[in-house]
Amino acid sequence: MFENLFSYLEFPFVRYALITGVMISLCSSLLGVTLVLKRFSFIGDGLSHVAFGAIAVASVFNLSNRMIVVMPITVLCAVLLLKTGQNAKIKGDAAIAMISVGSLALGYLLMNIFSTSSNLSGDVCSTLFGSTSMLTLSKSEVIFSIILSAAVILIFIFFYNRIFAVTFDEEFASASGTIAKNYNLLIAVVTAVIIVIAMKLVGSLLISALIVFPALSSMRIFKSFKSVTIFSAVIAAVCSCSGMIISVLAGTPVGATIVAVNAAAFGVCWLIGIIIGRSAK
Amino acid sequence: MALITVSDLTFGYDSRKIVENLNFSVSSGDYLCIVGENGSGKTTLMKTLLHLKEPISGEILIGSGLKKNEIGYLPQHTAVQKDFPASVWEIVLSGCQGRCGLRPFYNKDDKNIALNNMERMGITSLASRSYRELSGGQQQRVLLARALCATRKLILLDEPVAGLDVKAASEMYKLIAELNNEGITIIMISHDIAAAAKYASHILHIGRTVFYGSTEEYLSSDIGCFFLSQQKGVS
Ligand SMILES: Nc1ncnc2c1ncn2[C@@H]1O[C@H](COP(=O)(O)OP(=O)(O)OP(=O)(O)O)[C@@H](O)[C@H]1O
Ligand SMILES: [Mg+2]
Repeated sequence: MFENLFSYLEFPFVRYALITGVMISLCSSLLGVTLVLKRFSFIGDGLSHVAFGAIAVASVFNLSNRMIVVMPITVLCAVLLLKTGQNAKIKGDAAIAMISVGSLALGYLLMNIFSTSSNLSGDVCSTLFGSTSMLTLSKSEVIFSIILSAAVILIFIFFYNRIFAVTFDEEFASASGTIAKNYNLLIAVVTAVIIVIAMKLVGSLLISALIVFPALSSMRIFKSFKSVTIFSAVIAAVCSCSGMIISVLAGTPVGATIVAVNAAAFGVCWLIGIIIGRSAK
Repeated sequence: MALITVSDLTFGYDSRKIVENLNFSVSSGDYLCIVGENGSGKTTLMKTLLHLKEPISGEILIGSGLKKNEIGYLPQHTAVQKDFPASVWEIVLSGCQGRCGLRPFYNKDDKNIALNNMERMGITSLASRSYRELSGGQQQRVLLARALCATRKLILLDEPVAGLDVKAASEMYKLIAELNNEGITIIMISHDIAAAAKYASHILHIGRTVFYGSTEEYLSSDIGCFFLSQQKGVS
């Protein structure tokens, strides 16, 4: 089996896919800690549906570079969702349900009416659940995702202390001179970017898993923000790497395999958390 | 020099006004104590002063000498989630954020300030503990240490002694008086009128009747006498 694996690793596109996958899951897990703690995970969920709609629009116009359409639409919706989510007068969650289900339906409708492809349901399925093989990524796509994920990771490290301050206590942060609004905006925009690049890997329906699982697993075991953040990055990298290898060897769909491995890791962390809790008493 | 001048301020929630046409000013070096019954709008006033809430009408003028990142704040309630992973050290250090400016990370000075304030609040031994596993009084001390880290010219304290034991409370009042002697301006909300009378230079009473003046003026006013006698009746 290992020989089999090594023979796969000989191919550069397999290595590219692995590197891209790990980078993408690293940055979604970093942001995931903040999104979960700020109760912003709904934004991630809503946005992934928006991105699906945007992809449908892009494919209708038959654009060679879909990012030109998908990225701005998703970022714009991230800002809108953030605004409505904070506005207590409009029911935030209802607005999000509206936007996300609306764009899901619109996306499918557009694809159905305008699609020139002979394999419509295959197209829809791979946009929703990730392409069956990550291995079809072109070199330029790989470089694009790696640059964006590296940028996200750098931004996160650079603003780490501020992100903590704003996540822990927004009122105190704004009272003492940190402009919390700007950081909320930054978080929403970066989330949108991550979702767009992660669509390739796991598809739009499964992205939330990449964001939420590592953070929740890590919070079972660790109790300081720093250790939770670092450990969730580690879990994310390990899970996505092993998920991709399993999917290559076993021929399972990449996205679903990665999410399944993440779910298993959550189970393990949950158990460890219980054991630590018991022995501490 | 006036640090904060409040003129014709009306504040409240949405369209419901809590206090109308309030006027007072805080000068550099003052020790202002805000008193009043539960629900009279003290916390709301403090949030409005901090621009966390928009005033309904009127103005809050901030003196030219005061920047936002020189203000410390102790909230009455923090909406911290039950399961938030954060160590005491991380929280206290986050009070130094305003000192960083464009610098992304904390430096040695910031860390020393955080250490000193933890020592002041007697929580050095809790540094690596998880915030959510502390008692209410310990949590209050952590948030006080954080507020002290952020304070360079002005500190706003919303019921600083709530949850502290008697000894810690009297030490707290002494500490605040010390800060005031060092030239830091204090705005404090308190239900402890005796402490207010002892330490504060000015008193703002809000409620059905509004009073603003020096502590002596307050103690000899009708409303002050009434409020004081009420409190005596309790204790
Ligand atoms: N989020 C809110 N939305 C609407 N009304 C509120 C809100 N918070 C407080 N109020 C109302 O505003 C009034 C003033 O509340 P505030 O918290 O300022 O009182 P307080 O003087 O600080 O009282 P306490 O001594 O209990 O702390 C109260 O009548 C309260 O019911
Ligand atoms: Mg209050």
